[in-house]
Amino acid sequence: MARTLDQIFILFKDWIVSFLPSSLQPVAGVILGVIGILAVFPTLFALTTVFERKGLARMQNRLGPNRVGPFGFLQPIADGIKALTKEDVVPFSADNFVHFLAPLVLVVAVFMGFAILPVGRNMQLVDMDAGLLFFFAMGASTEISIFMAGWSSRNKYSLLGAMRAVAQMISYEIPLLLSSIAVVMITGSLSLPKIVAAQAGYTGIWPHWYVFTPWGFGAFLMFAVAAMAETNRTPFDLPEGESELVAGYFTEYSGFKFALFFLGEYLGMFSISGIAVTLFLGGWAAPFSFLTWVPSWIWFFAKVMTAIFVFIWVRGTLPRVRQDQLMNFAWKFVLPYTLLVLFVTALWRFMGEGWERWVVCSAILIVAYVIMGRLQMSRRKFAPRSYRYAE
Amino acid sequence: MLGEGILKGMLETAKNFAGSYVSKERMVTVEYPEERAPLPEASRNFPFLVYDGKDWEAGLRCVACQICEKECPPKCIYIDKSADKKPDAVGKPQFYPTRFDIDISVCMSCQICVEVCPFEAIKMDKEFELATDDRFGGLLLDRQQLARSNEYYHQIHPVEAAEVDTRLAEERAAAEAKAKAAAEAAAAKAAAAKAAAEAKGAAEPKPADKPKPPAGGGA
Repeated sequence: MARTLDQIFILFKDWIVSFLPSSLQPVAGVILGVIGILAVFPTLFALTTVFERKGLARMQNRLGPNRVGPFGFLQPIADGIKALTKEDVVPFSADNFVHFLAPLVLVVAVFMGFAILPVGRNMQLVDMDAGLLFFFAMGASTEISIFMAGWSSRNKYSLLGAMRAVAQMISYEIPLLLSSIAVVMITGSLSLPKIVAAQAGYTGIWPHWYVFTPWGFGAFLMFAVAAMAETNRTPFDLPEGESELVAGYFTEYSGFKFALFFLGEYLGMFSISGIAVTLFLGGWAAPFSFLTWVPSWIWFFAKVMTAIFVFIWVRGTLPRVRQDQLMNFAWKFVLPYTLLVLFVTALWRFMGEGWERWVVCSAILIVAYVIMGRLQMSRRKFAPRSYRYAE
Repeated sequence: MLGEGILKGMLETAKNFAGSYVSKERMVTVEYPEERAPLPEASRNFPFLVYDGKDWEAGLRCVACQICEKECPPKCIYIDKSADKKPDAVGKPQFYPTRFDIDISVCMSCQICVEVCPFEAIKMDKEFELATDDRFGGLLLDRQQLARSNEYYHQIHPVEAAEVDTRLAEERAAAEAKAKAAAEAAAAKAAAAKAAAEAKGAAEPKPADKPKPPAGGGA
């Protein structure tokens, strides 16, 4: 029974496909999978927008949206209707074609990332040997759509936002990739199902997730920071800083194109959370050995939504950083620390089984963290700001 | 250590998040159309006309003296004085406004009309939901729309209304007492005159030297 429930979507797909002639079956299977992805993740996006607004409100002791439907849960429908019926304004001097293309490129590229995501046992659209590589390739191509949007709008705020976005995404893509390489170094595979399989198994009731190893924890932290920057979330939301850039690269977008950018941004959050879950948090595996009877896809989505909650929680806590702080943090802290994590991962790999590697690896990472943190903080000068040119 | 402040901040927001579901004091939001915060006693918005009794038209305290119209800084009050007199709430014949309009799109809520009114006839209202889709007609309130009972005045400004009522009662009592005294004095005078006339008439009648007849009201 548990087994059936676990594979219910696969069985359903096979049942539908069995009505078709065998020559059409592979294509139909893929199309059904695509429909599943296109149905599930935008729905999650709609729910997340409400949860985010309500959660943020609660963090600020407010009520949040509660007007549309029960507890305000129909708010995304109202927002969707609003976005669809709004006038689509394109600036006179904008590059019309590129301006139109940018949100499409973003959404398509983000959706492509979901193709390799294992959302449950046997539940991924394409089982690629180099799935991780494919994911990062798709993630990187969202940058071009952002720059297309900023450039084609012919607006200084858009352009500034786009330039910030590209600078930020390129800076943080390096630690993002390097921290996931740590996982690849241990598993020896770029295939996501294999990475999940490598984390299967339990000691007592505790799972063998990579986040519970010293190198995995360090890599996970760096991955989380980089993911936050990569998805333009607070505190790294400079490209769309409302207070300084009027929404940044999508200033000149309205109506449904704006909604598409919004969708793309949240889908990016989902996909990068999905990758983080797959790489470090055991993918669709249960967190305790006695909970393995719960269907795997429930665990995957529970973990993703937890990650999303952390995103929201951080957004409710931290203010936006400055551009120089952002860059300093990326190049002077995150990148060196990720390189150190890579070294520690190698050490872990070659020290063999035993408690020594736990002590040595943890010690290296903690000492490095403290020293680097001190160095970063000691360089901060607290003095009245001087303006060289304004006075 | 690096990140310590972030953790502290996240703990704080987590406390707020959890606390907002538990403690009522944290949630200060008043959900306006359904819930309302009580307005302070001294709050004011636009003027209204007070009437005594049940019938607004008969009970209006306004006697169309037009002082408020003249004092109004933005000139948003329009009064037409009646040609005839009508008995007011006390029964005294008075002029009354045939038209009393206030343009609340012009009114600046300064309360000067209230301060200059010698008849306690115009007061400030607390009503603030006056939005209308008619920009000109809807914001020009006529005397029927402006008329509010004295009970309503008690409801919105209890302290002030009580004070006004005692003052009015005192004034009325004083006026009555004065009228009574005057009437008595007049009666006494009349009686005295009558007595004198009788005495004189008995002695020697002299019509040219007759004392003046006593004045009727003693005003």
